[in-house]
Amino acid sequence: MATRHSRSAARLMMAPAVILLLGWMLVPLTMTLFFSFKKYLPLRGGDLGWVGFDNYTRFVTSSSFWPSVLTTLIIVGGVLLITVVLGVLLAILLDQPMWGQGIVRILVIAPFFVMPTVSALVWKNMFMDPVNGLLAHLWKFFGAQPVEWLSDASIFSIVLIVAWQWLPFATLILLTSIQSLDSEQLEAAEMDGAPPLARFGFITLPHLSRAITIVVLIQTIFLLAIFAEIFVTTGGSFGTRTLTYLIFQRVLESQNVGLGSAGGVYAIILANIVALFLMRIVGKNLDA
Amino acid sequence: MARAVTTQRKTINTTVAWGIGLLIFFPILWTILTSFKTEAQAINDPPLFLFFDWTLENYTVVQERSDYMRFLWNSVIIAGGSTLLGIIIAVPAAWSMAFVPSRRTKDILLWMLSTKMLPAVGVLYPIYLMFIQLGLLDTRIGLTLVLMLINLPIIVWMLYTYFKEIPGEILEAARMDGATLREEILYVLTPMAVPGIASTVLLNIILAWNEAFWTLNLTAAKAAPLTAFIASYSSPEGLFYAKLSAASTMAIAPILIMGWFSQKQLVRGLTFGAVK
Repeated sequence: MATRHSRSAARLMMAPAVILLLGWMLVPLTMTLFFSFKKYLPLRGGDLGWVGFDNYTRFVTSSSFWPSVLTTLIIVGGVLLITVVLGVLLAILLDQPMWGQGIVRILVIAPFFVMPTVSALVWKNMFMDPVNGLLAHLWKFFGAQPVEWLSDASIFSIVLIVAWQWLPFATLILLTSIQSLDSEQLEAAEMDGAPPLARFGFITLPHLSRAITIVVLIQTIFLLAIFAEIFVTTGGSFGTRTLTYLIFQRVLESQNVGLGSAGGVYAIILANIVALFLMRIVGKNLDA
Repeated sequence: MARAVTTQRKTINTTVAWGIGLLIFFPILWTILTSFKTEAQAINDPPLFLFFDWTLENYTVVQERSDYMRFLWNSVIIAGGSTLLGIIIAVPAAWSMAFVPSRRTKDILLWMLSTKMLPAVGVLYPIYLMFIQLGLLDTRIGLTLVLMLINLPIIVWMLYTYFKEIPGEILEAARMDGATLREEILYVLTPMAVPGIASTVLLNIILAWNEAFWTLNLTAAKAAPLTAFIASYSSPEGLFYAKLSAASTMAIAPILIMGWFSQKQLVRGLTFGAVK
């Protein structure tokens, strides 16, 4: 249906977006690669020449690398586990008949719209503060010793804050998916005498599997990159230094650009592995 | 699906759901409540829930001491500007991909999405360096450009999925009636595309407003938006809970309201059309 005229017009209309994104991707990426093979200390001598793969080996052999990988895995894994499990339960609950469903949905979704610096600071000061925080009051009320959340249970605290932010996202997507489930199927199973748990396991969960996969993949990409939540709470101390935060510190705080860039390349490779799976699902959906 | 639901069952559902909903919402509610307390009341032991002397003092203090309006204005300019710029660039691109698809359309779309997956920290130094050399560090224009670029893939994708739903027959009919490409876009497509564009704008303002990697790393004092303003409260002096709460409430209120209007679009936008 498209004439040659409209084809060239279409190409022209696409050009600005494609060129901008191409530049946005290629220029910084090339520079990161370039720096990663150099000893480059802007504040202490500047460009000190090529060093081959030295930065790459130094980044992974430094004493902070493996702890940061472990921290990253715990935070990403912990948040995923909490948000997916609670998200499925909440989605099922919100799908039930009740009064004021719309309002409850708004209450549940709200944390997603709170900017990361606000949620991190509110949690840090008004809930997790060992003297004036609400959790400290709660602990004292039950006669327990208040916890120094962000130093003694630092990773757990970060997981809690981030999970609170992302639970709405998981719930909303899973709820959307549940609402597209054919209710007659569930009714038929109920009439045939299938107990609730079996109905959940054999009908609801398989129906949700695709949505769960999407939630996991999208959240993983965002969770690998969390920054503000750590920046304003612990600043990377007390074992909360993730891979992203470690690279940030190498690049901007200690201004070791070569080393940080090598770390950046690792982060890019890691994110791309996750992205590959996500793209496959999204791409399949595009054909349908 | 006329299935009888007992009132008892509905009551239980309602109670449990409202309980959980309020629990999840509580940190936000608590922040809003605290913003109306005096600093002494904010750290009262035991905590005060509703029965305290409500005051607006914190809001005026935050504005006077830290020039809140300047940060707000930066947020408005950066979030609004990057969204507007993104839409201007994305609408033609999404239009052409939806209505004049070629063999490569799918690859281009997926490639655009892949640029969104690039971890920001991996390109932090190059962007930082370029910003210094181009004099863009701590400027609104610099941040507007970066936020436009990081959200452009989502804008293109959302618009594409909306445009895809406009039936092609209508365009063909218009073409048969002799409409030129310009008329086709202006009189046929635009009116049908407005709701989709509006949703896209809404979601992207939310994303840009809350972006907290580039806004923290590329601004200092002049161009800092609300994300950076709030972060400055992380090293407090003296009593500050009530003021932190007032600043936070003002920073999240506009987006909270916009967010509630864009629930549906959120799903589509953030899953790149994979869940509708």
